[in-house]
Amino acid sequence: MAIFINEKTPILIQGFTGRIGTFHAQEMIDYGSNVVGGVTPGKGGTSHLGRPVFNTVKGAVDETGAEASIVFVPPPFAADAIMEAADAGIRYCVCITDGIPAQDMIRVKRYMRRYKKESRMVLTGPNCAGTISPGKAMLGIMPGHIYLPGRVGIVGRSGTLGYEAASQMMALGIGVSTSVGIGGDPINGSSHRDVLEAFENDPDTDAVLMIGEIGGPQEAEAGVFAQEHMKKPVIAYIAGLSAPKGRRMGHAGAIVSAFGESAAEKVEILKGCGVTIAPTPSEMGATVAQVLGRMKKVA
Amino acid sequence: MDIHEYQAKELLSKFGVPIPRGGLAYSPEQATYRASELGGAVVVKAQIHSGARGKAGGVKLCRNEREIEEAAEFMLGRKLVTHQTGPAGKLVSRLYIEEATNIDREIYLGFVMDRASERIVVVASAAGGMDIEEISASQPDTIIRVTVDPAVGMQQFQARELAFGLGVDPEIVNKIVPAIMGCYRAFRDLDAMMVEINPLVITKEKQVVALDAKMSFDENALFRRPHIAELRDKSQEDPRETYASDRGLSYVGLDGDIGCIVNGAGLAMATLDMIKLAGGEPANFLDIGGGASPERVTKSFKAVLRDKNVRAIMVNVFAGINRCDWVAKGVVDAVKELEITMPIVVRLAGTNVEEGRKIIDTSGLTVISADTLAEAAKKAVEAAKKSA
Repeated sequence: MAIFINEKTPILIQGFTGRIGTFHAQEMIDYGSNVVGGVTPGKGGTSHLGRPVFNTVKGAVDETGAEASIVFVPPPFAADAIMEAADAGIRYCVCITDGIPAQDMIRVKRYMRRYKKESRMVLTGPNCAGTISPGKAMLGIMPGHIYLPGRVGIVGRSGTLGYEAASQMMALGIGVSTSVGIGGDPINGSSHRDVLEAFENDPDTDAVLMIGEIGGPQEAEAGVFAQEHMKKPVIAYIAGLSAPKGRRMGHAGAIVSAFGESAAEKVEILKGCGVTIAPTPSEMGATVAQVLGRMKKVA
Repeated sequence: MDIHEYQAKELLSKFGVPIPRGGLAYSPEQATYRASELGGAVVVKAQIHSGARGKAGGVKLCRNEREIEEAAEFMLGRKLVTHQTGPAGKLVSRLYIEEATNIDREIYLGFVMDRASERIVVVASAAGGMDIEEISASQPDTIIRVTVDPAVGMQQFQARELAFGLGVDPEIVNKIVPAIMGCYRAFRDLDAMMVEINPLVITKEKQVVALDAKMSFDENALFRRPHIAELRDKSQEDPRETYASDRGLSYVGLDGDIGCIVNGAGLAMATLDMIKLAGGEPANFLDIGGGASPERVTKSFKAVLRDKNVRAIMVNVFAGINRCDWVAKGVVDAVKELEITMPIVVRLAGTNVEEGRKIIDTSGLTVISADTLAEAAKKAVEAAKKSA
């Protein structure tokens, strides 16, 4: 099953013919993702990487039946591309683009509310590494081979820290059902909580590793959700223990500006919600292993 | 990106926000001349990117020429230290000379990008003049909020709700509403992340003026706001950070002695955490971006080495699409080119990790390799202690 994407999901690449789009589209195709075409306005009717190119997302969806898309469009035009996907009936969209203005993302979020919840597109990102259901499909820019197929979900803001977690887990023989990057921007598509909910409803996921960081309310909100609505265990690591207040640590969203946004405060809140905390970033895999071990004993 | 008070006031006044008359001065002579243009008592205000300037001696009410000269001489060229600047302080190179205001009431007015509601939120309090942190700690009941619907923007009634909520006289409400709406339009049209008027003053003459103004802007939107981008004042930045950001690196200067070079912001934060947990202190945050090309690795070493407190360097790269052997070669080349003699701990993970390690280990340099994040942090902390 996995969440959001599997080996069948027909995928569209937005910003298909650009350098970055081309490179990663090829990587996704090589991984086995079902890439059915791409969109580059003005290049419709041509063919790229053996797939058709379309002028509009709507045209592409009509022709190919695409259900998911990935956005490689540059920052000034990325918000527009996401809204176009939402309007064309794409079910799941990943936006890789880093550097989208925050007010553009506010507009995107407001625009998506025009659609009823049942028909509303799910967006993850922007500024993320994408989503992978190991062994099935990759909709992102991650190195696919570091993920072992399995039954633990990963949700995180950061790309490379997520790779770190996946490779620690692989070294311990623990596989991943789906890994979802929600991105490092202050206003993003899906929150930690939204992705936890998807994993809770996925019969192929047994536990979830959440990789958070300083800034914003999303980790605390996810903790409350885990406590009130989840049967599956959640393990978390929060990056930025040593980050000074008021300084932006790389990600546009990684800044401690209010109470409850520092790593230490988030860890306390999550502990209070019954979430198991990985004490250091080198123990993410080991902490997941401990929790899985406990689950086996109970069963 | 932050700007100065006088710049924020100039921008806001174009959106109809009333501000006191004032002018810029770079010398005591200019300061007295500006004061003579304004007439009467003036306030001399040091222009630095920080609040709480008053407590640090950066704001002074002056009644005559001698007082203005003294205040200007005291402030210009001085590094003002406030609780927001850090111990190094910020250099005062310009003054804003403003007419004095007869304050009757002070109001706090702030506009922020609220991450929980994913909207612009307006915050007001009758306890103006204090920090919003202080207000929310000591007088949380005085805080009023309204949330702006991005589809239609802020409405007049919302500004009226704020004004009446603050207990302002009805005749003043008509003057406050345009000031609030003006700030909102400036926030929206200029891609701000924060607008703070603290205090917004009601004068004894029943006028409304923005006595102080702070604006900060979304760096992701500067591509479409060139007139905002040019307000950047590099003298207000940590020189280490200016050097790195001019070269496209994401760098934050810290106080420790272990320089860090990492790919990815999350992994970079985790690396600093690991160093701290191992008993060390990181000198910086540095994200070289997803790809770790040899040129970027060299640039990163240069940026880290500009910090004279650095005693050891830790490189942590998770090579995904790019390969470890390629990154390792980049590190070795950079160390040779820059003739670095201090200890360098390199931890590589991901694709072709064995080949990468081999290149590091056989390079004949003082480079120490490590397998895991924990091991690398431990070795970096030991190395920094030894070379201190």
